[in-house]
Amino acid sequence: MTSPRTAVVVFPGSNCDRDNVRSWRAVTGLEAELVWHKETSLPDYDLIIVPGGFSFGDYLRCGAIARFSPVMSEVARLAARGSLVLGICNGFQILTEARLLPGALTRNRDLKYICKDVTLRVENASSAFTSRYAPGQVLRIPVSHGEGGWSASLRELKELQDQNRVVFRYCAPDGSVSPQDAPNGSLDNIAGVLNERGNVMGLMPHPERLAEEILGGVDGRGVFLSLLEAASGGLKR
Amino acid sequence: MKFKAEVKVMLKPSVLDPQGAALERALRSMGRRNVDSVRVGKLIELVLEADGAAAAEALAAAWADELLANPVMEKYSCVVAPL
Repeated sequence: MTSPRTAVVVFPGSNCDRDNVRSWRAVTGLEAELVWHKETSLPDYDLIIVPGGFSFGDYLRCGAIARFSPVMSEVARLAARGSLVLGICNGFQILTEARLLPGALTRNRDLKYICKDVTLRVENASSAFTSRYAPGQVLRIPVSHGEGGWSASLRELKELQDQNRVVFRYCAPDGSVSPQDAPNGSLDNIAGVLNERGNVMGLMPHPERLAEEILGGVDGRGVFLSLLEAASGGLKR
Repeated sequence: MKFKAEVKVMLKPSVLDPQGAALERALRSMGRRNVDSVRVGKLIELVLEADGAAAAEALAAAWADELLANPVMEKYSCVVAPL
């Protein structure tokens, strides 16, 4: 096993970049490099995290401007190469704007910014991002967003469901799923999705905010542990 | 030639528009019972250089496809006029 080479991309307005470096280090004992969005050439990272925040002030649409940053061509190149790409919150929005992930994130149903812990059900526990969770496991993880309602055409939704690419759904604490459990009005309660190849995932909740006991919980650790395993060559992609 | 282009961006009818729904409820609560539906969108004004109106409109549409609208959830229309 070789140690995966990991980067966290930083845009103007990113604010979870250092949290991800810290959590990656705390969970895996490995370093992650911060990469400025103006970079035009990246080494072949095994894992790239596109972090949360308010890139470019969320002007126009969340992630709409960030997707044209020079570094995004490299993120697309590495995704095509098979590197793992994780988009969290604004990172998820950026990856959908860049069409590396399906759907779009729209204004929360109740028009409010939501910052609280939610419960998530692990729908796909065999992905590179979730292999360390059990199928159906219920996680408590914070969300912090104003535009987190995932939306797509019904055709796209069906494709995702049929291909087991819905990774997380918002659920009740007992694991049951009904529309009122999606705080933002997400279609089909979707909180996280995979690309077709399975090496790019986006989610609105913040696993990096609950990855150490000192933060009040460790339910987010599984994402980093799964990634460590997958990026170290433990999983075939 | 300089043209002014107005790009109107609206959420697709199938996409939930909570802002429009809130305005609709507000109008109803103000007693404006004739209101049937409200949708909220964006109007983007551009001034651009092009050889003619058709070229200006094609440019505005290309930029809308690229950046100004997200075709996954939005649709747009362009109106162009010489400055």
